[in-house]
Amino acid sequence: MQNRPTSVSVSETAGPSGRPITVLRFSGDITSTSKETVLGTYQGLPPEVKRILLDLSKVEYMNSSGIALIIQVLMQARNTGQSVQTFGLSDHFRKVFTMVGMTKYTDLHADELSACAAFTE
Amino acid sequence: MDKDALEVFVLSLPSKLGHEKVAMSTAASVAKLMGFSEDRIEDLKTAVAEACINSIEHGNRMDGSLKVGIILSMTATTLEIRVCDHGSGLGAKTPAPDIDSKMGGEENPRGMGKFLIQALMDEVEWINSQPTGGCARLVIHLKKPDGE
Repeated sequence: MQNRPTSVSVSETAGPSGRPITVLRFSGDITSTSKETVLGTYQGLPPEVKRILLDLSKVEYMNSSGIALIIQVLMQARNTGQSVQTFGLSDHFRKVFTMVGMTKYTDLHADELSACAAFTE
Repeated sequence: MDKDALEVFVLSLPSKLGHEKVAMSTAASVAKLMGFSEDRIEDLKTAVAEACINSIEHGNRMDGSLKVGIILSMTATTLEIRVCDHGSGLGAKTPAPDIDSKMGGEENPRGMGKFLIQALMDEVEWINSQPTGGCARLVIHLKKPDGE
């Protein structure tokens, strides 16, 4: 049994202020083998990107190594002044993300609408 | 192994990442049979997966010829899972991760598996049973011991 490969699609939507939000929609598994897909995709975003939305609703399996990759995205985003909102986590992974303290660096939303509305700038 | 166990299930997994899902699925099936709630089953799946990953990566050092042994023992109210490998055990319990240190780059972003196991299970024990290897003992109760 192998881990399912991680897929990500990048798109753009408009926030409440009309400013662009870059959406990263992940699917499959997020594990230690997902580094290139997760970090590579994030690092390939144009420098003018300021608002990033992480859609984790189609992620089938995520372990602590996968969570560590999301932490690295949050870390690099914070260092470059980007704002990150997250939605689509199951109740269980909302609990896990909260347990490890990630809610200090990204808000966890129930759906895309509320996540987009949270971009205030 | 719990001497009062009503049923025991034994798995032997090759040390290959991804195979932890077999242990996850088995543990979830047993827990469902016992009547655990969905949220507790999710806790169990994550804890079992992390214990297996620790065994694969650290205990057996990704050596595909070495097996990770999983023993699930159920009583009427308790499910105990032992995840055993050929390593020297993981030693003392670990504190909660310091997210600020991770975000600041002073701490490795990884290394949360052991904390998650401790946080999600009712009882956790790290056993060093040399010369045979290390073992993680995970326990969940249908009703918590203090009646919560």
